[in-house]
Amino acid sequence: MSILKRAALAAAALAMTAGLAAAQTTVKWLHIEVNPNQVKIWEEVARDFEAKNPGVKVEMQFLENEAYKAKLPTILQSKDRPHIIYSWAGGVLKSQVEAGVLEDLTPAMQGYKDNLAPAAVAAFTVDGKIYGVPHAQSQVGFMVNKELMAKGGVDPASIKTWDDLLGAVKKLKAAGVTPIVAGGADKWPLHFYWTNLAVRLGGKPAFQAALKGENGGFAGPVFLKSGELFKQLVDLQPFQNGFLGFKNPQAVGAFGDGKAAMILAISSFYHTQKALAADKKGIADDNIGWFDFPTVPGGQGDPTDTLGGINGWLVTKGAPKEAAAFLKHFVSLDVQKRLAAGNFLIPTFKGAEEGLASPFMRQIAANLAKSKYHQNFYDQDLGPNVGRVVNDATTEMAGGSMDAKQVAQAIQDAVRQGN
Amino acid sequence: MLATVARRSMQSGKLTAIALFLPPALLLFTIFVVLPIAEAAWYSGYNWNGFGSPKNWVGWDNYRFVFETRAFGLALRNNLLIIAVSLIIQLPLALTLALLLAEKFRGAVALRMLFFMPYILAEIATGLIFSFVYDGDYGLLAAIYRQFGAEAPHLLASTQTSMLAVLIVVVWKYFGFHMMLFIAALQGMDRNLIEAARIDGATRWQTVRLIIIPLLYPTIRLSVFFAVVGSLQLFDLVMPLTRGGPADSSQTLVSFLYSFGVMRMRVGFGSAVGVILFVICVTFAFTYKRWFMRDE
Repeated sequence: MSILKRAALAAAALAMTAGLAAAQTTVKWLHIEVNPNQVKIWEEVARDFEAKNPGVKVEMQFLENEAYKAKLPTILQSKDRPHIIYSWAGGVLKSQVEAGVLEDLTPAMQGYKDNLAPAAVAAFTVDGKIYGVPHAQSQVGFMVNKELMAKGGVDPASIKTWDDLLGAVKKLKAAGVTPIVAGGADKWPLHFYWTNLAVRLGGKPAFQAALKGENGGFAGPVFLKSGELFKQLVDLQPFQNGFLGFKNPQAVGAFGDGKAAMILAISSFYHTQKALAADKKGIADDNIGWFDFPTVPGGQGDPTDTLGGINGWLVTKGAPKEAAAFLKHFVSLDVQKRLAAGNFLIPTFKGAEEGLASPFMRQIAANLAKSKYHQNFYDQDLGPNVGRVVNDATTEMAGGSMDAKQVAQAIQDAVRQGN
Repeated sequence: MLATVARRSMQSGKLTAIALFLPPALLLFTIFVVLPIAEAAWYSGYNWNGFGSPKNWVGWDNYRFVFETRAFGLALRNNLLIIAVSLIIQLPLALTLALLLAEKFRGAVALRMLFFMPYILAEIATGLIFSFVYDGDYGLLAAIYRQFGAEAPHLLASTQTSMLAVLIVVVWKYFGFHMMLFIAALQGMDRNLIEAARIDGATRWQTVRLIIIPLLYPTIRLSVFFAVVGSLQLFDLVMPLTRGGPADSSQTLVSFLYSFGVMRMRVGFGSAVGVILFVICVTFAFTYKRWFMRDE
């Protein structure tokens, strides 16, 4: 009897404390950022938000990139799911919307959304409703080590077309410099070649048509040609020894160590190459260069078209309204300027790009501002399944085990199998 | 009369024991084994990405897609390769070492410990350690090659050698476990038989071949069973080493399930692979038990 009594008392006590805790709203924020310098600023932003909104607590949770992708479907089924999650937009976002696990942010974004880059907001809009708050953009292009390029007698600024690139690779090889470093074990660094070639060859119309299955879908002429051109590069053996065993951080680190002249990079590698280099300094600003992905003569794409990422945050179903409020605080002019000043990202908040400290990042921001067609990463845009097949197939091509036709066919087959 | 009462009370005692001890085990088994298997079988009929509930029924399509995937064939081949290497290299190696180390001599225990050590290491840690060893630029292997003035190969980065590299680690890690099984069996063996053979003038080789190995058959069968089941489960060693790559050349059935089912959010497809794996395991376990482990 006494045990029962005690249990009842305990339960009552628990209920009371639970009642107390409810007065305090906790916003659970799941992120995948590994750069400690950036996370530090984020934490400060969260504390700042708490100070301005008494009774609200922002709790940061972390998962590593690949682990996050693998666990997300399970996480979203849980009652204890985080309120704010990371997103690359694209196909994955779409399937999350279809499953009804996200909160529609359209009302919360009213008025506020005009502050953001329209392309970034568009990426997080599905069927006319806004589901995410974008905070960063990036561009894919060639990052170069000027010193090593000079050693091979190549002027990076002179590389305009695909043939120029092939010529540069030959020259660098002849001079005994490893032309390109690539993280082949992660696969997506290699899919940039094929997809960026497709952006140059076919522009926006080709991608849109392929999505609808027109012109032979991804087995159509534009994508076949992309494969053939990529094969020309692969045949020159431009990558470092054992590139298929390098994960992306290793490859970026090797670039930071000055082991290769070029890397097909996401613009944010500007920062990561420093963090991942053996000496933690990487390549100095005056030695680092950039040229946009080369064009292909006769290609339908505009030279200003860009391939890159659009990253943002989603609010899960049933989250407190403070979650959206926090996101608006997180993607505000001050915070974005601060992150830009650290060169961590290309901001999405209009005007914040003025905060960018390095000329390198300013250049990227200018490129993105000029771009009329910004293609999101294929492996995100096409959804988890088809996207991964694009990565697999293009990596196999880089390894020499698939030709252009097989790559295009594998991707088209995946589209046919669905999701 | 007395006897029947006793029997009846014994029976009721048994019933109480069953009523008391069976439900918890049965419940746990149902929740964590039977239900997931049934669920997987159910999911495998859907094209489903894991969000919401499955709606898009596709029948046998997922199974067809699995068999159409080239990587599935490679994974199956690799699993068979692991079994073959376990049987042809690992078991004889473990047996030989066991025969040597089951004797009592100075350092025998220390050597046993040394050979058993890799087995204690966590799989992920082992994989990471060997990915450093194999690294073609900074690894131990590269350093050895350089001593001879040669350029080290990137074992993990080539479709030709990635599986070889994985197999070396598998043998290195598990031979100690099998060796221990054999040592335990050898120590439990009736020494009189061996002594009798020796008195009859049998050579050392004859003793091993005609007395010891036949007496070890139950343990060998057990060891083979572990080797096969271990091969079918191999996953956590492969992930840090190669993630099944390059070009799926070192995929195992489970790593195939993970990279093509889980990572691609194709729950239906992954479940189909799971069901296939389940069928393979069950078929193997039952036939093996029936054919080879009848006596135990």
